[in-house]
Amino acid sequence: MRGNDREAAVRRLMEQTPRPVPPEIHTEAVRRGGRMLRRRALTRRVLWLLAFAAVVAFTVWALTVHPWVEPPSDTTPPLTGW
Amino acid sequence: MRQRHASQATRRAREFEAFVAGAAGRLLHAATLLTAEAPDDNPRARRLLTLSLAHTYACWDRLRGEDPYDRTRQYLAARFARGAWHQYGGFGRSRPHPASPLAPLTPQERLILVLRLYEGVGEEQTAALLGLSAERVRAVCHRATTTLLHRSRNPGAAAPAAKAGPS
Repeated sequence: MRGNDREAAVRRLMEQTPRPVPPEIHTEAVRRGGRMLRRRALTRRVLWLLAFAAVVAFTVWALTVHPWVEPPSDTTPPLTGW
Repeated sequence: MRQRHASQATRRAREFEAFVAGAAGRLLHAATLLTAEAPDDNPRARRLLTLSLAHTYACWDRLRGEDPYDRTRQYLAARFARGAWHQYGGFGRSRPHPASPLAPLTPQERLILVLRLYEGVGEEQTAALLGLSAERVRAVCHRATTTLLHRSRNPGAAAPAAKAGPS
């Protein structure tokens, strides 16, 4: 087929003898990848810490303020002397 | 816990080293084709490959049976596509080296040709990876093939786009 011939010709153009890969690519990739991993771990730890602090703060606030108790009314005067 | 962490790290380092030893040559050649640099002087291709491999290293423990080669190639292609859009279009574009076989093509044509013909990725997969339609991928591939073959048959003739004439 004509199309296959053309594709094979282009493949032959692109195929070349492989060159040796410089070793610093591996070391540099490991260094950068390791840094990415450490950063991710650090971010995760900080976010967990923040979430924990938020839960603690909310609990303390709720226990001190008691937001579920109806506040005493201060607009209506007390009904006395009927 | 700490010991498990350490053993995981050594396992990852060992597996990653084996992967790089096996795959880096082919990936580096593909990256050099993409950036259209000379085979011996390819700083951009090396940088592209280094960043892709670093990304694969960082995801190594979460691959879950996925092919690391496939993952690296995907990241490489996506990164090249993004970089081609930001840096290499317009005025300060780095010129393709005439020694590269894909020098007469545009970055997008090179990307599609390398993925389709050199790496053998399917048409639909290439289209999905680049966010194009399959027809568009086929058309670009066809056009790039024509340019390249026309060019290699009579190398003295001017390239149609006259983008990267050997100067």
